[in-house]
Amino acid sequence: MIKFLYSLYLALKMALKSIAGNKMRAFLTMLGIIIGVFSLVVLVSLVNGTTSTVTDTISDLGKDMLTVRISDDKGKPIRLDDLAQWSDEAGIGHIATSGTSTVTAKYGSNSDSMTVTGTTPSYYSIQGLNLLLGRFLKTADVESHTYVCVINETTATELIGYTDCLGAEISLNGTKFTVVGVLEDSDNTLTNLLTAGSLVAYVPYTSLVRLSTTVTSNITSFYVSAETTIEAAETAITDLLMNRFQNDEDAFSVSSTQFLEDAMNDVTSILSILLGSIAAISLIVGGIGIMNIMLVTVTERTREIGIRKAIGATRGEILRQFLIEAVVLCMMGCAIGIGLSWVTLQTVSVVVSSLSMTFQLEGNVVILSVVFCFFIGLVFGLYPANKAAKMQPIDALHYGG
Amino acid sequence: MIDLKDICKVYTIGSESVWALNHASLHIYPGEFVSIIGPSGSGKSTLMNIIGCLDVLDSGSYHLDGIAIEDYSENELAKIRNLKIGFVFQSFNLINKLTAEENVELPLIYQGVPAKERRERVAAALARVQLQKRAKHYPTELSGGQQQRVAIARAIATKPSLILADEPTGNLDSKTTRDIMAIFHELHEAGNTIVLITHDDDVARQASRQIRILDGQVTEGML
Repeated sequence: MIKFLYSLYLALKMALKSIAGNKMRAFLTMLGIIIGVFSLVVLVSLVNGTTSTVTDTISDLGKDMLTVRISDDKGKPIRLDDLAQWSDEAGIGHIATSGTSTVTAKYGSNSDSMTVTGTTPSYYSIQGLNLLLGRFLKTADVESHTYVCVINETTATELIGYTDCLGAEISLNGTKFTVVGVLEDSDNTLTNLLTAGSLVAYVPYTSLVRLSTTVTSNITSFYVSAETTIEAAETAITDLLMNRFQNDEDAFSVSSTQFLEDAMNDVTSILSILLGSIAAISLIVGGIGIMNIMLVTVTERTREIGIRKAIGATRGEILRQFLIEAVVLCMMGCAIGIGLSWVTLQTVSVVVSSLSMTFQLEGNVVILSVVFCFFIGLVFGLYPANKAAKMQPIDALHYGG
Repeated sequence: MIDLKDICKVYTIGSESVWALNHASLHIYPGEFVSIIGPSGSGKSTLMNIIGCLDVLDSGSYHLDGIAIEDYSENELAKIRNLKIGFVFQSFNLINKLTAEENVELPLIYQGVPAKERRERVAAALARVQLQKRAKHYPTELSGGQQQRVAIARAIATKPSLILADEPTGNLDSKTTRDIMAIFHELHEAGNTIVLITHDDDVARQASRQIRILDGQVTEGML
């Protein structure tokens, strides 16, 4: 074993020496492989980098949340009590209703239009909100429809004038609500992204029913979070609603951002395979280039082969020498291609850094291209190497004088 | 040592058969310095190829060191060449991409000799032909005589039973020819068996025994 590895090492040294003996030709031969590996690695890495950035954004927007809308309640409207009961079902985490109304908000002499969401306490965790000050709505607020509200940071600074405004009273369509909490503005939730820069307040659902003419105690829209997996929650809530609405699946809709992500993944994996195949074809073309040059090399070195055979090289040793040379050429091309890809991806990452996208060498693609190059070297090196090995020493010795 | 009995080698060129060797027999004892002389086309290259295990014979028998060569495979012949025969060619046949010492090292690599021992044997072989100082030079940087000395070093590095020289002085001037022949004499005195193939009577005469080949047939002694 050690002897075999050692002879492999010696053959490797010979191969490197003969490649170094004709650097320009070696480089031109490798060029096909370099371009092939480069396009494979860069294209697939770019696609994967873009995909992961996009899917991360999508999943940040509430992957763990289902949005349910009721279009036809069939005379059996859903009430808060129903939601409370359903949230105990297996698979379902929390349920929060949501009704929205646009009102005129007043504080002192300031007045502006505001989006008011009537909801229940679990909305906070389902939507992944963050409190800056105070508290969110409580069950007691909903039960006794108190006039309290939780506002976002924008409202605090723009309507009231300062953030530390707990206890302040703002008037919504003429009804006074006490501010009990201020929410942090961040752009990592879908709700915040959609309401960025506008005035938002959350009030108990029951209080909104009294305030608004459009929102009633018949709930038409609510959010569901998962107990374990989002798929289980989706099944559970769909079953409950099917039961309630006589198996009419058009009476309601259950949607999540998961399907967006799935679709995105499908599209990009197809794109990866497509681009990868095109790059793989260029790698095969590079392999044919290697074979071509190896055939020329074998003819050129006929005399050398004759000498080696005369002083005792066996067929296997000649075969191994030329095969290793082809594989080494391929692997060098592969290494240069990967290095070039790395530089390119780093450059692209810097150039598009404003888009908060990062492109990295995809480990899988690197391994794939190394393995692929190895086999290309082996397959396309075999024919020339075998041609060399089969030469008769006397014919080879007398070749070209 | 070398025992050729009744060997024939026929080449077919077109429809015509050419008997390169026609029932030739030859015996060479260990430690002998034998020259084989003949004009071109006499079959001496064929004889050399057969003695050197580079070619196989059509009929007859060939024993080298008691081993019957005729029924060996190509790879086995390669091993025999590697272990038992040191070649010196007219056109030197060095590999130009390798330095002098790497050329000498090559047969030892194929033998699987460990690196340390290889270095010692290469150094000893180069010292034998007084080329230690040229060890790192490439063949193209050496004169014809020096190249032939590297080739001789390569031939003796494996300590072969037989040194087979095919017109070793054919490409050299008379002064260098004398130097090279002096090395062969030294090797002979040190106990090596040498077979020297030439068409030059002056060179052939320096061997202790001369064998003449003509039209594929072998006769003993000088004419």
